[in-house]
Amino acid sequence: MKATSKKWSAAALLAVATLGTRAAFAQTEIGAEYRWLTFLVFAVVIAITMFVTYVAAKRVRSASDFYTAGGGVSGFQNGWAIAGDYLSAASFLGIAGLISLYGYDGFMYSVGFLVAYITVLLLIAEPCRNIGRYTLSDILAYRNDPRKTRIVGALSVFTVSTFYLTAQMVGGGVLVKTLLGINYETSVACVGVLMLSYVLFGGMVATTWVQIIKAVLLVSASLVIVALVWTPYGFSLPAFLQDVVSDPRVQARVAVLLGDPAKSMSAAELGQRFLEPGLYLKAPIDQISLGLALVFGTAGLPHILMRFFTVRSALQARRSVVWAMVIIGGFYLLTLFLGFGAAKLVGPADIAAVDAGGNMAAPLLAQFIGGGPNAFFGNFMLAFVSAVAFATIVAVVAGLVLASASALAHDLYVGVWRAGKTVTPQGQVKAARVATIIVGAMAIGIGIAAKGQNAAVLVGLAFAVAASANFPCVLLTLHWKRCNTGGIVAGMLIGTIAAVGLTLISPNLTYPKAVKAAAHKVLDAAPAKRAAASEALASGDAATVGKAKKDLATLDKAVAKANADLAKWANDETSFMGLEKPLFELKNPGLISIPLGFLGVIFGSLLMRDRRAEEMWNEVYARQNTSLVVSKSVAH
Amino acid sequence: MAVPEAVDWDALIRDPRFQSLHRRKSVFLWGLMALSIAYYFLLPIGAAYFQDLFKIRVWGVINVGLLFALSQFVVAWVIALVYSRKASRDFDVMAAELSAEFGSPGAQARAGVER
Repeated sequence: MKATSKKWSAAALLAVATLGTRAAFAQTEIGAEYRWLTFLVFAVVIAITMFVTYVAAKRVRSASDFYTAGGGVSGFQNGWAIAGDYLSAASFLGIAGLISLYGYDGFMYSVGFLVAYITVLLLIAEPCRNIGRYTLSDILAYRNDPRKTRIVGALSVFTVSTFYLTAQMVGGGVLVKTLLGINYETSVACVGVLMLSYVLFGGMVATTWVQIIKAVLLVSASLVIVALVWTPYGFSLPAFLQDVVSDPRVQARVAVLLGDPAKSMSAAELGQRFLEPGLYLKAPIDQISLGLALVFGTAGLPHILMRFFTVRSALQARRSVVWAMVIIGGFYLLTLFLGFGAAKLVGPADIAAVDAGGNMAAPLLAQFIGGGPNAFFGNFMLAFVSAVAFATIVAVVAGLVLASASALAHDLYVGVWRAGKTVTPQGQVKAARVATIIVGAMAIGIGIAAKGQNAAVLVGLAFAVAASANFPCVLLTLHWKRCNTGGIVAGMLIGTIAAVGLTLISPNLTYPKAVKAAAHKVLDAAPAKRAAASEALASGDAATVGKAKKDLATLDKAVAKANADLAKWANDETSFMGLEKPLFELKNPGLISIPLGFLGVIFGSLLMRDRRAEEMWNEVYARQNTSLVVSKSVAH
Repeated sequence: MAVPEAVDWDALIRDPRFQSLHRRKSVFLWGLMALSIAYYFLLPIGAAYFQDLFKIRVWGVINVGLLFALSQFVVAWVIALVYSRKASRDFDVMAAELSAEFGSPGAQARAGVER
């Protein structure tokens, strides 16, 4: 550790000395001479997961093995698998990136993602284990009309999973493209084929182990990076943050974010501002709406709920959430160091230059920590973190595809289409595998078609639908006696339509008029800025000239982008929905759509009385509280 | 979906021990839930409307806002720990007792007599 930290300090000095040339490496992902190393690390990670799949494949004989690993996963293992399922590329790369670019506000996301698990722990996990078998719709169908609830349940599972899946595919494609230089379409196909092979052959057994391996790799890689970042400060938090806020590049970043008000602030004040809220989330009500969607959405994510069917009992389900909270919370604490470390060592401007959303902050930090782009260890670290990010995406996608495939095969095929007829165990496994191929092929197709979409918006939408449709339905069918088929159908439809509809008329879409106005503003301001920079160039002072050169380069980029925007939207005046400006001001619909989903379930249930649902209440109520006679998945 | 069984659910939920279990569990669960939601939403609300408070520096450059965000982790973990201890010490024991009684064939007969 000591030797590495010395090496690190030397590298830091070197990096500062060559500040001017550093922007260049940022563009070239991994140098050609080290590309073999990257492929080697990727190959090792893939080989391990393939071996696990090979072993797992022998154990998958029944539908229960395929969907829930036979219910034989322990609470501790399931905790790691939940962490593996949940810590998607969006949270690993995205949150570290947000912190590195916006400071405090990025960290607020971490908190929401962890607190979400309290809802899962207290209200959802154990009753789900006691009532359900393979899918979310099993819970809904338990005391309601199985046909109707399975159809709406499956539709909602598809909606949530597809948005989430698309986000992961887009993120994965961009990541592999940036790191390895493989084109986007091939990258997406690679992610898809690899994921398909895990799910198809190894079912939930392999998927669980891939998620566990990935979570262990992710946490270990982060621990190593954080140790290297933090050691020079003797593991003192104030000393580390003091150094972050004293960094001129961090202060410059805050000045850019604040605009005019920054002019009257001192350098120290600008740095300190990085640790205060409001640099990213400017509308308070938006933040609260997002918080609602995060906290209640997790409890409605089908691939997370499905994980509770893989354990033996309610006790194990509870243990798995507690372990997941320890791992997920611990990881999000590390993002504090990953994000602020990247801001201090790599610099916000260089991070944003590689990816405007900051998604490359953690990989770039890993490379820097290892000694930079020219050192073997630096490239090894970059390759390792990239391989972990790749494994992350594949593991999350595998979980999502399994959830969708189970909705298709178990709910729609076995539960609705072949309702009343017996489907042999072999037939069920076959249906599950056919459904996996269908969903997997769709995932690859959608991933390629969605090129260029904003991954963060898609994840937000997935959480919004899960919180507005799935969460009210699952919660109320478990905890409210009067809940029935009418309520489930109304809640699912209203929640989904409200969440998707409000997003379609929200500021998340591109509004050509606003884009063009912004582009014109940039172009109008350009000549004056150029004149100021030319003047500075002539001054002769080395520091001023250096800054002016940088300013000019930034200006050229902004002008090029403004021109490209103008050309791209030349013929459009309205958004995809035909709107000139957003009708609904919130970026996340949760604040409106979650209450609408709940109202849907309540009024639907009250308007359409169902005697059977109320008669079966006693059973649901007793069963979820006593775990008496848990489903057959345990009793082989 | 339901596994064929002969548990008398109606008798089970009329059992005073079940009612006591459910009452205690509900109060505990929904109380913790309300507490955790309230504590969490203080963060976005504070970040939006009480920025002057969040900006106060308490430990070097570390301010109230950062400490409060870190405290969310501790509170989440403590809630998880408190619940899982309570559940395995109290709720599980009570539920196991009821399950053992109502899950066995003899239990149904006894429950029938008591009625």
